[in-house]
Amino acid sequence: MAELEVPVLSVKQLNKQFGNGCPSCKDKESGDMIKNYCRECGTVYACRDVTFDVYQGEVLGIVGESGSGKSTLMKSLYFDQEVTNGEMYVAGFENGKKNVLNESAQKKRYIRNHLMGKVYQNPILGLKMNFSSIGNIAEKLISAGNRHVGSMETRGASLLEEVNIPIHRMKEEPRNFSGGMQQRVQIAKALSNNPPILLLDEVTTGLDLSVQASVLDLIKGLQRELNISIVLVSHDLGVIRMLADRTLVMLEGKVVEQGLTDQILEDPQHPYTQQLVHSLL
Amino acid sequence: MGYVAVRGGTQAIEESIKRLKYERLKKGTVLDVHKIEDGMRGLIDQVMSESSLYDQSLAAIAIKQAEGNPEEAVFLLRAYRSTLPRKHVSRMMSSEDMQVERRVSASFKDIPGGQILGATTDYTHRLLDWELEKETEESIQDWLYAYHAENRLTEYDQRHMSDITNLPKVLDYLRSEGLLASCENNDLQPEDVTRKSLEFPSKRSERLQVLTRGQTGAVTSLAYAVIRGYGALHPTVGELRVGQLPVYLDHPLDEGQEEDSYYIGDFQATEVEMLVPVTVEKERGKKEMEFEIGYGLCFGQNETKAIAMGILDNCLENPNADFPSQNEEFVLYHIDSVESTGFISHLKMPHYVTFQSKLDSIRKTKEKASTGETGSGNE
Amino acid sequence: MNKSYNFAFFDEGSKREIRRATLKAIAIPGYQVPFASREMPIGRGWGTGGLQLTLSLIGKEDVLKVIDQGSDESVNAVNIKKLVSDTTGIRTTDSTREATLIQSRHRVPEVSLQQDQILILQVPLPEPLRSFEPSEYETKKLHAEREYSGAWLMLFEQIMKYGTMATDADHPVMVHDRYVSAPSPIPRFDNPKLDYSEALILLGAGREKKVYAVPPFTKVTSLAFDDYEFEKESFANRECILCTSKDVFLDELVDQDTGATYFQCNDTSNCLDIVNQKQSLGVK
Repeated sequence: MAELEVPVLSVKQLNKQFGNGCPSCKDKESGDMIKNYCRECGTVYACRDVTFDVYQGEVLGIVGESGSGKSTLMKSLYFDQEVTNGEMYVAGFENGKKNVLNESAQKKRYIRNHLMGKVYQNPILGLKMNFSSIGNIAEKLISAGNRHVGSMETRGASLLEEVNIPIHRMKEEPRNFSGGMQQRVQIAKALSNNPPILLLDEVTTGLDLSVQASVLDLIKGLQRELNISIVLVSHDLGVIRMLADRTLVMLEGKVVEQGLTDQILEDPQHPYTQQLVHSLL
Repeated sequence: MGYVAVRGGTQAIEESIKRLKYERLKKGTVLDVHKIEDGMRGLIDQVMSESSLYDQSLAAIAIKQAEGNPEEAVFLLRAYRSTLPRKHVSRMMSSEDMQVERRVSASFKDIPGGQILGATTDYTHRLLDWELEKETEESIQDWLYAYHAENRLTEYDQRHMSDITNLPKVLDYLRSEGLLASCENNDLQPEDVTRKSLEFPSKRSERLQVLTRGQTGAVTSLAYAVIRGYGALHPTVGELRVGQLPVYLDHPLDEGQEEDSYYIGDFQATEVEMLVPVTVEKERGKKEMEFEIGYGLCFGQNETKAIAMGILDNCLENPNADFPSQNEEFVLYHIDSVESTGFISHLKMPHYVTFQSKLDSIRKTKEKASTGETGSGNE
Repeated sequence: MNKSYNFAFFDEGSKREIRRATLKAIAIPGYQVPFASREMPIGRGWGTGGLQLTLSLIGKEDVLKVIDQGSDESVNAVNIKKLVSDTTGIRTTDSTREATLIQSRHRVPEVSLQQDQILILQVPLPEPLRSFEPSEYETKKLHAEREYSGAWLMLFEQIMKYGTMATDADHPVMVHDRYVSAPSPIPRFDNPKLDYSEALILLGAGREKKVYAVPPFTKVTSLAFDDYEFEKESFANRECILCTSKDVFLDELVDQDTGATYFQCNDTSNCLDIVNQKQSLGVK
């Protein structure tokens, strides 16, 4: 079944390196490397040949330790930084036939504004702290072409209600909010233009445990209700277990294992995954 | 009806200009421009540097016309400068050819060629000299005669005169020791910032031009903020030199031939090379300390400004989002005397129309507030 | 006429360079073209951008009108007129219809402009996105990518706070459906005059070193929302105490003796024309 379906998001051979590389690290397998770092020239290979598909309504988890390249991958998917090379196809753009990574900055912005939403680990990156919360949501709607204040206000209010921000605080600036509330405003903003793809980058890291649980519940509920596709990055296998249908395990910039989340948890193949799963138990 | 606020402009301006002239002359004293030129070296140098126009006599006229106000004097010279055609471009000059009048290094006690204190206020006690009140042109003659006699060159001196026209650079010593990254010559034709407007990211040649034209106080303040804590820089003066730099023009038919070029004169300049220690990553992840350079050069003897310029040059080579002083737009857009004083002072101009528009806007929001319509859907 | 300077102050090379930037600006309506703004004998921020455009365009046959805040006789207008006529010897006028070049600060004349006229507006801050994004490097990218949500967001926030858009002068406009531009601090009242204007409109920012243009017959719309329309300043039920005009921008004044508020035309030459016409027709 899944084979016949067109993926909502398809990433092929995505590479991102920091540094120019040198003859020694051109061949990454035999080069003089510590993990994904070249000892000769200091180049870091943050993402190496990352390939995956995400289907309609699916939650794809990406787990890995810090430095494994998962946040770099998320930045690349949302065009927050240029990739070194690779391909990415988005179903809603040119029928998924064009490599969006080669598109102009203007087109990339279109894809971001119309087809994606992202929640950052650090709310400062996702929100304008000195604009009202409703204004933050409107920004995303305006970018997607909305020019009707009334409809944006209604949409924003219902989203904020959905993420449990009291309506009487919607004109407040997120800088007055707690970390958990800021994260919920970010989620409301990311969802505002009904994006087929939602990117979540360590959204619960740094929050209190009880707040973590409520944010995760919220995401789970919204995902079921809206049937959107989510790419979720976390170093916490617990978060992945709760939300992800399928999981990629990243280590040193590479995908070392992938499969159904249950399968990976029950029968991890790669030694690193085994170690991760054991630490969870 | 009292509506005359913006009327009768022509006459008002004429009267205002007359009054301005009166303020300059009302005590019946005429300030001799030669005296300004000869006796106000500090102000002349500052004005020439900020105007990027090297001409003491014009600077003296500008200072006289501006009644000693440097921002106004700079304005006058800049406006004059912009009407001058560019007839020639000098040959590239090298500061090693400077005829040094003063030269110090804070980094090394014994620099090749020695430290030359020259003329500096650094070691004067800042006590008002009451004698100056009584100083006359006659009274200084004896002092001048004695000074010349004391400094008459001996044969030995003359043999060693050539030394000061070719003093080795402190930085070359550091380079030969491998403590300073050697840099490649950049022979790209520099963009003239007065002929092509800045675009970002800017080139270093453009940054240096804007810095050297910068308002002395603004450049100094920003550099001070950097070394006091609002910046990530801990510099030392590698070498500061003040002296005369010769200017040569190419022969019009023999471009590039040094021996056919024409010497057209000297200008005095202050040059500073700041040493800034940085950590560089070498191969195999090893970290080393090295020095980077911050470069300052201004017309005349403007030592504080030249040092500050050197600090800011290095700041802008190493952008740092944490500090505005290490953000090129923040620094380069705001240190120009004519631009900053012009825009600040334009606030004096009438803004009646904009104010009327603002009134309308405020009344409208008050109306909305009283009818309780604040942001709840359509009207 | 001051002979110690070239005609119109600049050397011909400088004038040509400014005209080249101007032509580029006309070719890309609303786009801010960087130009090598010269240092002028009047203050940066006092109309040097407008003045450079005027000087680069003016010929011996031109007739110049300069207005500041609607008035031909304000000190700044007089000062600029004096500089131009001193260095060119050309004729100046107060009549909007008679002028071939009109340099203005903060107003578009009430009389609609004609095809053979050029309106030059002085611009203090040419970047409409500056209050949203301080960096020039970033705003240049936003324009290139046509990313204007910031401009609308500012208006949205005002509506959230005050229940209405709260811009005063310099309400941002969209030129030719492409570039969001600052119309210069003209009152909102004047924004509609830019739309499909018969005259060429040039905007010059000397200190910020930018030129931009609204070519004749170009669409210019003031930013607004579908449900919150753009509104001009309201002078409902007001008229000029001198010429009784209604649909004009009025200055609000206070009678020193009675303390009563009254209104008077801001565009002084237009007001005078109407008064004269009425008198010659015998109307009082």
